[in-house]
Amino acid sequence: MSDIQQPLTQLRILDLGTPAPRDSAAQVSLEIDGQQVQVDAGTSVMRAAALLGINVPKLCATDSLDAFGSCRMCLVEIEGRKGMPASCTTPAEDGMVVNTQSGKLEKLRKNVLELYISDHPLDCVSCPSNGGCELQDVAADLGVEETRYGLQGLNHQQAAKDESNPYFTFDPSMCIVCYRCVRACDDIQGSFALTVDGRGFESKVSAGQMESFMDSECVSCGACVNSCPTAALEDKAVIEMGQPQKSTVTTCAYCGVGCAFEVETRANDQGADEVVRMTPYKDGRANEGHACVKGRFAFGYTSHKDRITKPMIRDSIDEAWREVSWGEAIAFTASRFRQIQSEYGRDSVGGITSSRCSNEETFLVQKLVRAGFGNNNVDTCARVCHSPTGYGLKTTLGESAGTQAFDSVDKADVVMLIGANPTEAHPVFGSRLKQRLREGAQLIVVDPRKTELVNGPHIRAAHHLQLLPGTNVAFLNAMAHVIISEGLADEDYVNQRCEIPSWEDWCDFIRLEENSPEHLQAVTGIPADELRAAARLFAGAGNAAIYYGLGVTEHSQGSTSVMGIANLAMATGNLGREGVGVNPLRGQNNVQGSCDMGSFPHELPGYRHISDANVRGLFENEWQVKLHEEPGLRIPNMFDAALGGVFKGLYCQGEDIAQSDPDTQHVEAALKSLQCLVVQDIFLNETARFAHVFLPGSTFLEKNGTFTNAERRISRVRKVMPSRSGKEDWEITMDLANALGYPMQYSHPSEIMDEIARLTPTFSGVNYAKLDRLGSIQWPCNEAAPEGTPTMHVDEFVRGKGYFAITGFVPTRERSTRKYPLLLTTGRVLSQYNVGAQTRRTGNVVWADQDLLEIHPVDAEDRGICTNDWVGIASRAGDTVLRAVVTDRVQPGVVYTTFHFPETGANIVTTENSDWATNCPEYKVTAVQATKVTRPSEWQKKNAAFNRRQKALLDKARV
Amino acid sequence: MADKESNNCEVNREVRHLVSMANDIADNLGFRAEAGDNSAERIADHINRFWAPRMRALLLEYAAADGKDLSAALLSALEKLKT
Ligand code: SF4
Ligand code: SF4
Ligand code: SF4
Ligand code: FES
Repeated sequence: MSDIQQPLTQLRILDLGTPAPRDSAAQVSLEIDGQQVQVDAGTSVMRAAALLGINVPKLCATDSLDAFGSCRMCLVEIEGRKGMPASCTTPAEDGMVVNTQSGKLEKLRKNVLELYISDHPLDCVSCPSNGGCELQDVAADLGVEETRYGLQGLNHQQAAKDESNPYFTFDPSMCIVCYRCVRACDDIQGSFALTVDGRGFESKVSAGQMESFMDSECVSCGACVNSCPTAALEDKAVIEMGQPQKSTVTTCAYCGVGCAFEVETRANDQGADEVVRMTPYKDGRANEGHACVKGRFAFGYTSHKDRITKPMIRDSIDEAWREVSWGEAIAFTASRFRQIQSEYGRDSVGGITSSRCSNEETFLVQKLVRAGFGNNNVDTCARVCHSPTGYGLKTTLGESAGTQAFDSVDKADVVMLIGANPTEAHPVFGSRLKQRLREGAQLIVVDPRKTELVNGPHIRAAHHLQLLPGTNVAFLNAMAHVIISEGLADEDYVNQRCEIPSWEDWCDFIRLEENSPEHLQAVTGIPADELRAAARLFAGAGNAAIYYGLGVTEHSQGSTSVMGIANLAMATGNLGREGVGVNPLRGQNNVQGSCDMGSFPHELPGYRHISDANVRGLFENEWQVKLHEEPGLRIPNMFDAALGGVFKGLYCQGEDIAQSDPDTQHVEAALKSLQCLVVQDIFLNETARFAHVFLPGSTFLEKNGTFTNAERRISRVRKVMPSRSGKEDWEITMDLANALGYPMQYSHPSEIMDEIARLTPTFSGVNYAKLDRLGSIQWPCNEAAPEGTPTMHVDEFVRGKGYFAITGFVPTRERSTRKYPLLLTTGRVLSQYNVGAQTRRTGNVVWADQDLLEIHPVDAEDRGICTNDWVGIASRAGDTVLRAVVTDRVQPGVVYTTFHFPETGANIVTTENSDWATNCPEYKVTAVQATKVTRPSEWQKKNAAFNRRQKALLDKARV
Repeated sequence: MADKESNNCEVNREVRHLVSMANDIADNLGFRAEAGDNSAERIADHINRFWAPRMRALLLEYAAADGKDLSAALLSALEKLKT
């Protein structure tokens, strides 16, 4: 056990100099320095040598980038060849005899190095990269300490530093113009923000056209910083704190891409480990060494002064908070819950699991509810984003999850992106997609708004189908209509893999004239001929993949859209191999995991219905308790029941329902009516303003566990420092269960995972030892697939035969009217995350410090609105005020905003409308009016006053 | 007293919400309700599988007392709801 509990301390992975060749069939053998080696054809001589443990000096080469061959440091001798070729750009060939060491080579390398050094400050001791600099390493290897050219030579050492980015600096005096940063920005990130001006000695790296990083196209992904061999591009934290001493592999706690990182720490003066830097982990399968501004840099919130680290209680929300011991807080909560249940009945309490917490923690909360509270009133914040994915994919394919691994996109020929904006919301996947598009794959964007991928640097979508919000199902039916009526379906595939009666039924339906693009163009706003062209492109592709986001799910027909997407993929034979598939892009880091872990009121872990007596028996046996066989309440129904006076106690794990759920005023009224609201979080979030108990949780740096990303990949979260509150979140839930009289005994999250594996067939092969060994595992992982399953539904669907569901278009009740003539839709920005509790407390606010309303010039002009004006947005649910941006990214009749900042209260205007099957709220369509105003709305004023009062009540606890 | 009233109004709101949820389910599952179509079963099955008993009871109560806002497809499914 002990090896599992220790953080895995990593040495930095060896850089092999050039990437492995892609799809290499043949092998070649060659001799290097007298040793034989066999490598894939296409491998560079440098990489072949490195695989033998022979380190050829290099500066411009790194294995995350294609070889460039500019520094001339890696020269080698090859028998039978003239001169000395660069080993990074020379492919290994059969029978080659290579020599990497000779007096001549050494002399040449020294000469080259001295030239570099002559133009470089030589004060290594005071350099922040000291100990982490490749130039220094190469110099040491070659025994070069001082330069014959002296320090006063012609050089760039006077050039000014660029400190504009909050997280890293650019010091041109340190730059050796190796182009690694430029290539990283172009090839990996795909932002094309860096350029090199001038030639030869005069050449100079700069952001944009000699702009500062902040003013350029830079999105602060950090790829250039990681790739820089010197201190020219350096994390500010490294400059301030010094080189890190220890590294632990963990998983990003922000989005559903689930990037693997090395958390690099250093002991401070008191001997406590502090995070210096988060470096994307090259061996992480989800990100392969890339990251985005959130995961890479925005971890400052973990040590922010607003963190609450002591439990607090109060009798009513008008009272000041009292800091108490853990024991008192837990006892207080347990007695309140017991009292509520004895007075109002077993069903009067419930819990909400978080998709930001780990699998183990989520599992434990639903266990507490089902076994401890004795009801099934458990739900998750995934309700508000991807519940339709679960329903739709389970119905059609048989499993509630995406079908591919991220790297599957490398084999796609046509990608259809529906209601997703990956360059903002799933940036590392967005970069990967852009790479594939630059290689020539075609893109169809289906989005009411012009996103970056419609027309970005070196990328242009073949089609942008700019549909009206709320018409996804009509669009999908029109696509299917073209495919069926023009005979573009893959009938062989369907005959083999799908349920034929459902297929025939569906074809009859989809052929109806009411589903033709011509008929539907008035509804969707998509010109019929453009839609037909897109459908032909999609159906005609060798491999066509669909990626979709919240723009599909957060609608009144979210589940229907997901089924429509699955229908399209089945009808065209695009499921069950690499390069194709149905891929939901999940919002928060552990949305997939929290759903897998049985967070829905009708489902036990592994998506098994609570009414199934056999499954229930399994759990009853393990948990030694009788389970309730009826589904419990979902979040919106909990609120309704609270206002109806029958639901009185709620345990809320790491989720800010007051801010993230629609129709804020209704939610707040419900929260106020509770007799005991328990909030477990790291900050006093918006919901906590209505709470009676605050249980301070831990950040992902302070606990062990696992997250599951959008590709079903289970990855370890590893503790790098003790919890600031003294308890990891699973320990809090366990204490609460014990205090309620339902015993739970775990000494480590690995034991919770073992229990999950015992109870869940798709997880039966998962354990921490295997996760340590393999790095990560994509479920299903069981006897049939001991190392996991990257691609699902390979030979047959999990369901057996694929099911074509009829997807009738039922327009939303939410329509524009005379009073509310505009349709409001919502989304994300890159630098901020969800309700922003974390990112707002980091340097990321330099990119976005408020929610803005995008409005088309025509609508703006009608209303006399200019960019930066205050605009009032009113719907039938409520009104708020935010600043306008006039832009043609949105179409006339549509306005757009984000919901990262609580002061805006964007959800004050969203309504209680929801997906018919899962009640996922209809965030993406609200009929509104926009008017120019000068003052904040009534709600904002009331909210600000309430905030001030709650802040004062908190301050009383903290003095 | 004032409290009591606001509670009543919220009960109505809850029922209103359930009615519109149930109608949405019926609209989507009863989309092509034809003779011989099993949409009534599918609507009832969906509600039975996903709704808590209290929600079903409130819906049935409303149907018995008033029911005027329930769609035809939904009405056809009501007798198959678990109580
Ligand atoms: S941080 Fe990323 S986007 Fe910015 S310049 Fe570097 S590689 Fe390009
Ligand atoms: S900034 Fe760094 S990576 Fe970029 S060219 Fe200069 S030394 Fe190379
Ligand atoms: S892409 Fe997502 S998982 Fe990866 S670093 Fe960014 S926020 Fe974290
Ligand atoms: S490392 Fe090969 S030329 Fe730079």
